[in-house]
Amino acid sequence: MRVENEAQLAEAVRDAGGALAVRGGGTRPVGRCLGEPLEVGISGITLYEPGALTLVVGAGTPLAEVEAAIAAEGQRLPFEPSNWGSVLGAPGTSTVGGVVAANVSGPRRVQAGACRDSLIGTRFVDGRGQIVKNGGRVMKNVTGYDLVKLMAGSWGTLGVMSEVAFKLLPAAPSQATVVIDLPAGAAQVALAAALGSPFDVSGAGWLPGIGAVVRVEGLAESVAYRAERLRKLMAPFGPVRIEEDGSAAIWASLRDLEPFIGKDGDLWRLSVKPSEASEIVARLGGEVLLDWGGGLIWALLPEGSDARALAAPYTGHATCMRGAAGVTFEPEPASIATLTTALRAQFDPKGILNPGRMG
Amino acid sequence: MEMPKPKEDLLARKPQIIARLREVLPADAVIDDPSETRAYECDALSAYRCQPLGVVLPRSTAEVAAALKACHELGVPVVPRGAGTSLAGGSMPQADSVVLGLARMNAVLETDYPNRFIRVEAGRTNLSVTGAVESDGWFYAPDPSSQLACAISGNIAMNSGGAHCLKYGVTTNNLLGVTLVTMEGEVVEVGGPYLDAGGLDLLGLICGSEGQLGVVTEATLKILPKPEGARPVLIGFNSNEVAGACVADIIKAGILPVAIEFMDRPCIVATEAFCHAGYPDCEALLIVECEGSEAEIDEQIGMIRQIATRHEPVEFREAQSADEAARIWLGRKSAFGAMGQINDYMCLDGTIPVSELPFVLRRIGELSKEYGLDVANVFHAGDGNMHPLILYNANKPGDQELCEKLGAEILKLCVEAGGCLTGEHGVGIEKRDLMDVQFEPADLEAQMRVKDVFDPKWLLNPAKVFPLGASASRRAS
Ligand SMILES: Cc1cc2nc3c(=O)[nH]c(=O)nc-3n(C[C@H](O)[C@H](O)[C@H](O)COP(=O)(O)OP(=O)(O)OC[C@H]3O[C@@H](n4cnc5c(N)ncnc54)[C@H](O)[C@@H]3O)c2cc1C
Ligand SMILES: Cc1cc2nc3c(=O)[nH]c(=O)nc-3n(C[C@H](O)[C@H](O)[C@H](O)COP(=O)(O)OP(=O)(O)OC[C@H]3O[C@@H](n4cnc5c(N)ncnc54)[C@H](O)[C@@H]3O)c2cc1C
Repeated sequence: MRVENEAQLAEAVRDAGGALAVRGGGTRPVGRCLGEPLEVGISGITLYEPGALTLVVGAGTPLAEVEAAIAAEGQRLPFEPSNWGSVLGAPGTSTVGGVVAANVSGPRRVQAGACRDSLIGTRFVDGRGQIVKNGGRVMKNVTGYDLVKLMAGSWGTLGVMSEVAFKLLPAAPSQATVVIDLPAGAAQVALAAALGSPFDVSGAGWLPGIGAVVRVEGLAESVAYRAERLRKLMAPFGPVRIEEDGSAAIWASLRDLEPFIGKDGDLWRLSVKPSEASEIVARLGGEVLLDWGGGLIWALLPEGSDARALAAPYTGHATCMRGAAGVTFEPEPASIATLTTALRAQFDPKGILNPGRMG
Repeated sequence: MEMPKPKEDLLARKPQIIARLREVLPADAVIDDPSETRAYECDALSAYRCQPLGVVLPRSTAEVAAALKACHELGVPVVPRGAGTSLAGGSMPQADSVVLGLARMNAVLETDYPNRFIRVEAGRTNLSVTGAVESDGWFYAPDPSSQLACAISGNIAMNSGGAHCLKYGVTTNNLLGVTLVTMEGEVVEVGGPYLDAGGLDLLGLICGSEGQLGVVTEATLKILPKPEGARPVLIGFNSNEVAGACVADIIKAGILPVAIEFMDRPCIVATEAFCHAGYPDCEALLIVECEGSEAEIDEQIGMIRQIATRHEPVEFREAQSADEAARIWLGRKSAFGAMGQINDYMCLDGTIPVSELPFVLRRIGELSKEYGLDVANVFHAGDGNMHPLILYNANKPGDQELCEKLGAEILKLCVEAGGCLTGEHGVGIEKRDLMDVQFEPADLEAQMRVKDVFDPKWLLNPAKVFPLGASASRRAS
């Protein structure tokens, strides 16, 4: 079933006889997808005010369409959403609703925050078929509870979003990447030094064949100045060079996990305390990518591997993005799980929205 | 301001309630002498006051849990309190409640520079969090004007922001984890020193929930390296509209200053008389602060100068020294105090889309004439968070009511313009009964269902945030 507007969406949820599998682009079946497909085709930009850095858009709008429209005004989504379609063998059209529901954030997360940090408003239909709005289209808003954050990363289990509003940022006219030639296990300390500097680093990661990478963005002169200062700061960690023309490509590669494209194995994603990264990487073995200063580890492991067992102990959370075991999310501590279950029961008392999706 | 009628049986059981709290807490952690509890009868919205049954001042998460468990068993409402600087009546007690104050819990538990966080007890004041890491070159970004006094616990509950949140975001964007004690006395760890937790974003929900979902006892906060330098410019204009247009143009040009502050003529006149900051004689002024190295700041200010010039400013003043920078900020920072010197005032807090600034300012001017009360404007222009100050005479009969009416009209105007009732001070009791201006019943119902999950008996700060009518059946049960 495909819905084209909010009224249809509300009706579809109200009339549902059983489980609904909520889909945006419909190309990314993560976790279990039980029930009748409900495709959110509510599309189009409703309001865009470049001078206020705000955008309101139908949840089913293709991400690419949004990115093109705001790029034309020299602006961007601060959280730099990733596109893992190629690595997961499921290319297709990501929608903004899907991106929000999965709280997908790219390398700039260390500086600009996650998708949820840029999300300032949403309208959704809860499991009772009620239309609910929360937040709005202004950057600062503390009127009532922040259900906006709750909807981000809820994987369509609390409500089906019809509309989302973002705070945008001006796109930086210029960028540069400081590249340090060192192995993955040694990267985190260098990245922490970069992120602890006053040079406003907007990306800090590690890729095979390249090394540790540190990005600065902004006005041209300022980028040149900060890159140079970082080059000096990074010198004790290994051979250093500054990449200008190739900078954007490096970050697109890390963001979209290009080094893993076409390779077999299970793909795991670990969000951890950065200082634990080196030891975790050593324990995991396999191929890795690092992002968020070591706080995000991507690991390509032999089929059937349990990254959680291999990596333990760690402070954080692991997700299986593609794996033989069919597990996705890490179980939650009991006290949290109780709250989560109760919240889902409040928003979706009949248990029809993506049952089984979040475990 | 209407408050729910206190439950007679609770008032009658005060001695037993206090005795029970003394059983589970150290003797000096429980106060019930009215001369001592008086200090807790209001927050910074001091027009409304109420003595609580008692006050507990625990020293640890375990003591908070013990106090809440006891109150839960006895059915006693609890009002969490940080430093009591809320401007929305968020920490004002009700007569049948116990105030739970975090002031004694102010330790730094952990500072971790490689992982860029600090973990503190939640009663620690905002400014002293930065104080703990400043000498090593770090800071905690959210900077409410009350930062010398307000506690992190209150900041989390109100999702507070400050002048610099245009660049660094508000509390929710700088919070990594909390220790939360539920009304039932259960201790829950939410989030931690990593970026993405799995599962639903409970942390995002707790932040901004105005002390209604649980008591926050510890917080893991993101800290940032201090920028190399910062420098403000002051730009004077001949009209509010032109100043507003200049703000939009600066943002559109791709420059992201750390702060853009706005003051109108009534506010300029008052602060000049108060602290002689040397502001120009003009209708409106902007203070724009840029950060980075000297060269970077020069580059940014160069662009701002170009943009401002197109709007024919009365004056463009760039700070040439630390002293001049301080003078530029002086008037802005003294604005609230200055207004207080010349008049009683009510400080509003609404947010509007930046593009609506000229319209909303004009309309506020008209309303001010209609009501015969002056309104001065000082606010965070970069993100449209306005603080209209309505001047009135507290000793003149009827003036306060008139002032409240005008305040409500202005906030409705903010909502009509596409904005919201509160940008940083919160709803509390102050805006509780205006909530249905912004929300449909289903919107409020969805929020109240969240409270049902965390606090099924509605004992935590129950008379706040939601219109009393809307929450009545839940509070009664
Ligand atoms: C564990 C994990 C696994 C991922 N797997 C993939 C993957 O296999 N491929 C890939 O490219 N990206 C994946 N991502 C990233 C992300 O899911 C996608 O980039 C993005 O969601 C794709 O958009 P879509 O419109 O195709 O979403 P869909 O595949 O349609 O949906 C993704 C999720 O969002 C929900 N959803 C979609 N629209 C709405 C809405 N309007 N309201 C409420 N909920 C909605 C769906 O129910 C589903 O839970 C994954 C991320 C994580 C953290
Ligand atoms: C002069 C002045 C200037 C101000 N400027 C700003 C500003 O620039 N930006 C801004 O955002 N605010 C500002 N405020 C408002 C106020 O300072 C903030 O709302 C602040 O966050 C309140 O902190 P507090 O510790 O004083 O909280 P309190 O007033 O004690 O409590 C506020 C709310 O938090 C809840 N709470 C407190 N502790 C806990 C806890 N441990 N667990 C759960 N809930 C808790 C209370 O129940 C209450 O609802 C200003 C206030 C004043 C007086």
